[in-house]
Amino acid sequence: MKSLGRFGKYGGCYVTELLIPALTAVEEAFLACKDDPAFNRELHRLLQDFAGRPTPLTEMKRLGGQWGCTLVLKREDLLHGGAHKTNNVIGQALLAERMGRKELIAETGAGQHGVATAMAGALFALPVKIFMGAADIKRQYPNVQRMELFGAEVIPITAGSQTLKDAINEAMRYWTAHSKEAYYVFGTVAGPHPFPTLVAHFQSVIGTEARAQCLEKFGRLPHTVCACVGGGSNAIGTFRAFLADSEVQLVGVEAAGEGLDSGKHGAALNQGRPGSLHGAYSRCLQDEDGQIREAHSISAGLDYPGVGPEHSQLRDSGRARYVAATDDEALAALLLLTKQEGIIPALEPAHALAAAQKLALSLAQNDILLITLSGRGDKDLGEVFSWLENHAQK
Amino acid sequence: MLKNNPYADVRSRIGRPMFIPFAVVGDPDPRRSPDVIRTLIEHGADALELGFPFSDPPADGPVIQQADLRALRAGTKIDDCFRILGEVRKLTDVPLGILVYYNLVLQRGADRFYRDCADCGVTSVLVADLPLEHAQEVLPAAQRHNVAPVFMASELTSAERFEQIAAVADGYLYVVSYLGVTGVENSAVEEKMGRVLRAARQHVTLPLCVGFGIHTPRQVEAAVRAGADGVIVGSRIVRESPDLKKIAAVCDELRAAIIG
Ligand SMILES: Cc1ncc(COP(=O)(O)O)c(C=O)c1O
Repeated sequence: MKSLGRFGKYGGCYVTELLIPALTAVEEAFLACKDDPAFNRELHRLLQDFAGRPTPLTEMKRLGGQWGCTLVLKREDLLHGGAHKTNNVIGQALLAERMGRKELIAETGAGQHGVATAMAGALFALPVKIFMGAADIKRQYPNVQRMELFGAEVIPITAGSQTLKDAINEAMRYWTAHSKEAYYVFGTVAGPHPFPTLVAHFQSVIGTEARAQCLEKFGRLPHTVCACVGGGSNAIGTFRAFLADSEVQLVGVEAAGEGLDSGKHGAALNQGRPGSLHGAYSRCLQDEDGQIREAHSISAGLDYPGVGPEHSQLRDSGRARYVAATDDEALAALLLLTKQEGIIPALEPAHALAAAQKLALSLAQNDILLITLSGRGDKDLGEVFSWLENHAQK
Repeated sequence: MLKNNPYADVRSRIGRPMFIPFAVVGDPDPRRSPDVIRTLIEHGADALELGFPFSDPPADGPVIQQADLRALRAGTKIDDCFRILGEVRKLTDVPLGILVYYNLVLQRGADRFYRDCADCGVTSVLVADLPLEHAQEVLPAAQRHNVAPVFMASELTSAERFEQIAAVADGYLYVVSYLGVTGVENSAVEEKMGRVLRAARQHVTLPLCVGFGIHTPRQVEAAVRAGADGVIVGSRIVRESPDLKKIAAVCDELRAAIIG
């Protein structure tokens, strides 16, 4: 490998020897393509004509008035597929095509990454296998149906917590056995090198667009930029464009689940310790021996005990700050945006909205608060209605 | 390099390939785990390969993952694993190999982990998710405590990489008979094994032990014919745990296939 993908002391490529050739090939293809004009022309064309980029930056006049700031949302919910995952998947599907791979495989939590990969499989005429925890299949069923409609095979994982971390384990197993034919479309900025670097590269279009749109609309940069963090891809994709703007505050929002003190949450940056999980050295939820703890969140996309290594570095360096929002806070924020602005957000970015409402307290009306709305909430209606039912009973 | 290599010693003393059964330490629980391992010893283990249970073992198949989770649910801690290893060492002097995931080494601290291994009489450690690129993170500790670092190779391993592995590996070379993960049935293909073993032999003088997906006497015979110095049997044995009678029967059958 050309590098070990370090972000400070984090990152690396902690996988079995058997996966090194596959990862080396992906790294090589990525390095050859990322500055290749022909590759980038094709990527740009697909993002624009197929996926609908650029996505708008929408000002929330009503909520902004109530919160006492200038509130803008980067609308990845309007991207084809319904979430930011499409940015990454189109880039990686193009890589897979260049590498001559015959099959796409992917893990998925909320199902958005699975849907995006299934969609790309249809577009690129490649068969697709999606590994998904049985618990996630239940709570994100509409996405399972979409994947199957695109022609993908959805493989339920019944091991362990039956969520994203187990789906990643299983996808890695399959890839170990089939690395010569299959391309593993990793869904977030976690995992072994080169995935954290490569996924961040393809997602950085979010922040690049948002920064330019902000300057064009308002003539100034945001005061605060806020995004939810599961593995961390929509957040890194947003943050990267602002890293050099030292006056812009960057805030990542993790899942506090039933509360940070409850032990039932997904807040690896707030409560985890550095360790190696799924190929990367980064913060993760674990016991004193190093056994990985199960995460918990109402949102399947944030229900992950690890986090991308670049976030661990940004946290340690202080360039970004990481807070957390509970299940209940996220649901309340989802309903708020739905009723006040006519947008149903996914439960994942609803966490960012919930935290942003608190951040807004210290902002002036002129200060721009930019939130990445990473996806739309159609997939979450089942969860929302069962939460509403439970609350009506209480 | 180890002052002497217990694996090579056993191999040359017995004059045939080694039978190396595998178990998960702490499976089914810390109290009964020593009985499982004792059964392997009593039924002809020429060396032992013992896995530390880990919550997220992507290099293992479903059978071993279930055993890992069973051990963890029964409360197995890493301290228990070392205590059990100490007991095992009193029962036998065959080479004792450990299979572990890196986070368990990392959280204990590499130096302490390898020191504890040495104190229990562990011969070798294979860190499943630590490729050559990261080997330096444990090699000094392994060397300090005279524990052999074991590495893997497969049909994908290039000549250049075999050379790099040969420069740091000790104990034995874990040759993956089948590209995939442990426990996939009927997968060890003799011809493929032969090719990997011949490639390995050109670069590595250590004993070559074949593992991953060895389930049947026919596969064991194939590995022997292909020139393996040892045959590691994991899932096929772990599947029967904790039924000691069945474990014994599997060991007897597969060991007989080596002796011929
Ligand atoms: C809409 C949405 N947002 C956020 C996430 C979390 O992923 P990441 O942190 O990589 O952006 C997901 C994951 O499935 C998602 O579907």
